[in-house]
Amino acid sequence: MTEQEFVSQSFTEEPVMKSMWLKGEGQAAALDILGHRYPALRLRYWISGTKSAWILNEVGKEKPITIGILIDGGTIEQVAILAYRESRGGEIRHPYFTGQFVGTGLQQDGDLDGVIDGIAGATLSVRAVRNVGRYALFLSALADTETSIN
Amino acid sequence: MIPMVSAATPTVEEIWRIVQQQEQKIDRLEQELIESQNRLSEAQQRLGSAAVALDNSVENKSAIEVNRQEIEAAIDSVEQVLVAGGGAKSGASLGGYGELHYNNLDNGSEIDFHRYVMFLNYEFAEDLNFYSELEIEHSIAGDGKVGEVELEQAFIQWGFNQNHNLKFGLFLVPLGIINETHEPNTFYGVERNSVEKNVIPATWWEAGVGFNGQIAPGWGYDAAVHSGLNLDTGNTSASKRTSIRSARQKVGEASAENLAATIRLTYSGTPGIKLSAAYQRQTDLTQSVASGIGVSGIGANLYEFDAQFQRDMFAFRALYAKWDIDSEINLLNPGSDEQVGWYLEPSIKLNSKLGLFARYGGYDLTANDSSAASEKKQFDFGVNYWLHPQVVIKFDYQKQDNENGNDIDGFNIGMGYSF
Repeated sequence: MTEQEFVSQSFTEEPVMKSMWLKGEGQAAALDILGHRYPALRLRYWISGTKSAWILNEVGKEKPITIGILIDGGTIEQVAILAYRESRGGEIRHPYFTGQFVGTGLQQDGDLDGVIDGIAGATLSVRAVRNVGRYALFLSALADTETSIN
Repeated sequence: MIPMVSAATPTVEEIWRIVQQQEQKIDRLEQELIESQNRLSEAQQRLGSAAVALDNSVENKSAIEVNRQEIEAAIDSVEQVLVAGGGAKSGASLGGYGELHYNNLDNGSEIDFHRYVMFLNYEFAEDLNFYSELEIEHSIAGDGKVGEVELEQAFIQWGFNQNHNLKFGLFLVPLGIINETHEPNTFYGVERNSVEKNVIPATWWEAGVGFNGQIAPGWGYDAAVHSGLNLDTGNTSASKRTSIRSARQKVGEASAENLAATIRLTYSGTPGIKLSAAYQRQTDLTQSVASGIGVSGIGANLYEFDAQFQRDMFAFRALYAKWDIDSEINLLNPGSDEQVGWYLEPSIKLNSKLGLFARYGGYDLTANDSSAASEKKQFDFGVNYWLHPQVVIKFDYQKQDNENGNDIDGFNIGMGYSF
């Protein structure tokens, strides 16, 4: 699935594309959740009604995994692996793994409120997807309160 | 307007007065005309200025749009570098791992920077990648030194289909649990487990061509034809002559008289479960030099099964591997035509940083000779403490019971990292 296909399939109505500059709070959360600053100055996201779609990159073992996250009202509606570049661990692309994220939200401590079982041999990739899910949920909440520009 | 005059002929004085009045009117009209022309000129100037200002406004708007596009392009460029990890050249990526071990065992104590590894990968295209792994083992290498510099991976992988890849070059043999995934933060125990080390034998790489991918959701496969093992048939030690671990040629001017093939089927269709079954055929473990010991060749089959489960905080690993080798190998070392090993490893992760494990297993490299007293059984237990998901400190205690009575007990401490 391409990034365009992910966005177009995520909404029934044409979404509005917005940009969020990753300033203090956004980067502080990245440090806390991902363990490092997010490698971008601003993020584009798409929003329509209560839904927002985010496309984020996170390194699993050595290479960035491109992950699409669709959020509706504070919980994850869909996780899609849009590009997987590692030599092993590609099982995370399949719905039997990504489907575990559906309906999960954030707990008070910032962790996911659902259990995500891993895949042996793909520990780092699984961790990357889990963390990106947490970060997207945070960004979605932040987008409701932070000034954004088109 | 000319005033009405009487019907009588005007006098000269009256005509003169009328002429003067007309001149005054003409002067006034001329003045008004001049003023009108001046006002028109001013209006034209203002209109011109307004037109210029309008033109400038349009130009400014275009310039702002150009600037915005340039800023967007600059941000995109910066972000591409950031996403690429700041690599000097886009498409290249670096990684690595390392581990330092302290062993305090019955047969001695030592400290060893066991492995220092660098990964260098390059993405030619989304579906065409190069992967490599260069390792310094035991910290120092050279003539008479204990360590080695080893090229453990250097292959091209082409994703010719969304679910299938072709790879060629030097790659890790797709067998076992730790042969392909052995970064220290991904397994318990300071040292890699002795079963996979001695029986499979991890870490094991060969050169060749192979396919891997998914044949159905949750079902993966590997199939490869590659260089084979080469027993050290002339070694004075019987156990060395038939050691599978010592037979690895490491793709250094390796004999390629007789190739090998490996296939593996993997199921990981349920989160938290991974099951694998693998088979390998070695066409001749002696690479056609067996005639020196009076046989035409020694073929071998390896059967390997492993299972990994993870549910919430609990995990479990199990592995069984068996070499079924032509009986002619017994001329080199009795009973070595069957080499077998297994282990079970439950573990519990108390939180994101602390995990406990136990492992029980055994292996026998001359399993077909019951009188050889060669079976080894080992019980390990210990702890991993992850300072960071990719940085770990380890401690374990091992109790190795050797059938020959030379037990090796003791403890190990280690640190490891990967990135």
